[in-house]
Amino acid sequence: MKSKILVLFSSIIGSAFLLSACGEQKTTGIDPQMMTDSLFSVMEADRTVYTKLIIGRLAKDEKVIKASEHWKDEKALVLPAQMFRYGAERVAEKGAPFSYSLLSLWPVNKQNKPKTEVEIKGLNYIAENPGKNFYSEEELGGVKYFTAVYPDVGVAPACVSCHNKHKDSPRTDFKLGEVMGGVVIRIPI
Amino acid sequence: MSARKHIYWIYWLLITVGIAVYLTMQLLGEDKTVYLPGKTSHGHYQIEMACAACHSDPLGGGEVLQEACMNCHGSELEVADDSHPKSKFTNPRNADRVAKLDARKCVTCHTEHKEEITLAMGVTQPDDVCFKCHQDVAENRPSHEGLEFPTCATAGCHNFHDNRALYEDFLSKHLGEPDVHAMAEVVPLSSVEVYQTISSYPIEQFPIKPLKSNEADQPISVRKDPKIVQDWMDTAHSQSGVNCSACHEQKTEGLDEPVWVDKPSHKVCSTCHTDQTKGFLSGKHGMRLEQNLTPMTPGKARLDMKRTAHGDELSCVSCHSSHRFNTKDAAVEACLSCHDDQHSNSYKDSKHFNLWHKEIRGQAAENTGVSCATCHMPRKEVKHDGMKIIIAEHNQNDNLRPNEKMLRSVCMQCHGLGFSIDALADRELVEKNFSEKPDVHIESLDMVKKRLGLKKDVDGM
Repeated sequence: MKSKILVLFSSIIGSAFLLSACGEQKTTGIDPQMMTDSLFSVMEADRTVYTKLIIGRLAKDEKVIKASEHWKDEKALVLPAQMFRYGAERVAEKGAPFSYSLLSLWPVNKQNKPKTEVEIKGLNYIAENPGKNFYSEEELGGVKYFTAVYPDVGVAPACVSCHNKHKDSPRTDFKLGEVMGGVVIRIPI
Repeated sequence: MSARKHIYWIYWLLITVGIAVYLTMQLLGEDKTVYLPGKTSHGHYQIEMACAACHSDPLGGGEVLQEACMNCHGSELEVADDSHPKSKFTNPRNADRVAKLDARKCVTCHTEHKEEITLAMGVTQPDDVCFKCHQDVAENRPSHEGLEFPTCATAGCHNFHDNRALYEDFLSKHLGEPDVHAMAEVVPLSSVEVYQTISSYPIEQFPIKPLKSNEADQPISVRKDPKIVQDWMDTAHSQSGVNCSACHEQKTEGLDEPVWVDKPSHKVCSTCHTDQTKGFLSGKHGMRLEQNLTPMTPGKARLDMKRTAHGDELSCVSCHSSHRFNTKDAAVEACLSCHDDQHSNSYKDSKHFNLWHKEIRGQAAENTGVSCATCHMPRKEVKHDGMKIIIAEHNQNDNLRPNEKMLRSVCMQCHGLGFSIDALADRELVEKNFSEKPDVHIESLDMVKKRLGLKKDVDGM
């Protein structure tokens, strides 16, 4: 009888130990939101630096070189949005487990308007709630994703003036500091 | 088991072994026709016996094929600023599009060995494939309302990959250009002296030193032909210190002395003419050599070729004729000695030839004539050691299809964009080798003009 109790007791302790270990392993992983927040902070910092220190300084203030959508033909600087997209494409080419896009409710290129339900909801949310992010989950192509949408703000006069003047821009009244679009980051879960 | 059954088993065994031996011999031999699942497209038929060129891993799946496509065509797509790169479709937000058309893989649109569904350029999707993703195009482009989807890529307006000369801002930049520019000439090739300054030129092997005819260093065992020596003396080779031995003597493993080779291969030419040889091996003249197959002959071509040339094996000297290396002959007469289709045979009745004739007779300035090579082997810029060098593209298939690829690198050197687009879209005129003005008009420039005008009105409000 004593040995039976001992085995039962050991089993309970053992399973509790195992369960607690499993739980601990889970809590030590990076939370998807923390992951997307961290990725966005790097993206936003690089994007702002490029926009202000390269485009704003060289193309707008010093007028040393032009920035153009057709940078190869015009022998000009890559536009900040293109810089961002080329980075996203390079990340995709390298097979990274996450993906990101720059979208807008008022895109110059219509391919960049939100199209999934979460994108539409998220882009509208960040436009209506300045300074706030939007988080959700969605299933695309049979894979479930944690999807985060962050505001993309017009940080330099160049952002605002170029978009307001562009012949394909559906909006011409952007103001400095306003949400012009959103960065969508997805992580498979 | 009855005796008859035993005999059947022996027959079965013999037939099975026979088939296995036959298939193995076919696999190891040069003729692998038995393994072809269907007729190969015009782009690949020359190398269809080099199965491993595409099926590099017999156990590999789609990724192996994709890698093979990109190995040969990847750099071309990069140069063309591919409008539909794989990276556009790997983002999960495009999963719905991938489900309709998996544009991440080349074989989705270019399935090989399917003659019954293969269209121009090896495309195996219907002409209206654009509809799958761009059905709402008229929402933002009212000018496209009512246009049928098979016309997107067949009317001289859009290409799936290469739109470098067709995008809206490019069209708007070239509105109102004349049919022929006042300064109609192509950019001159870089001089031999410039090419010799690049670090990959084997200057130590062949120091620049003009040679005299009595310095020709062929061995005593080789008969000295005065005509060959004279031809050599007339070339840049003799002026650059490139003696007979430079091309004809090759080092052989196990022998101390180099061996004289009567007919050196393209590999010898590539010692100095690296870019040109690379181009030659990428096109239909040299792609068999690149796959270690026997050289291409006009007799193997699917295009019409002169019967007299059917057996000629293609190498650098097929067009450049050994020792003389006359680039003017290579630019026209060499082509016409093999090609026997309507476009080629109409060339000498064209204005282009007229200009070429004047140039080679010294009646017009250099680079104002239009030879076969002017359009099919255009001048292009390459970079070596940060230096820009102009060479002739030796892959004559590089700009062939879709023919709008010629707009920037060829036509627009002398003609306005609108005239060029119309001319290339006029299939009959292409056959006649541009002997008259185009009879076809493509509306893309008119649409741009109209759209810009409308936009201006809106801005002015």
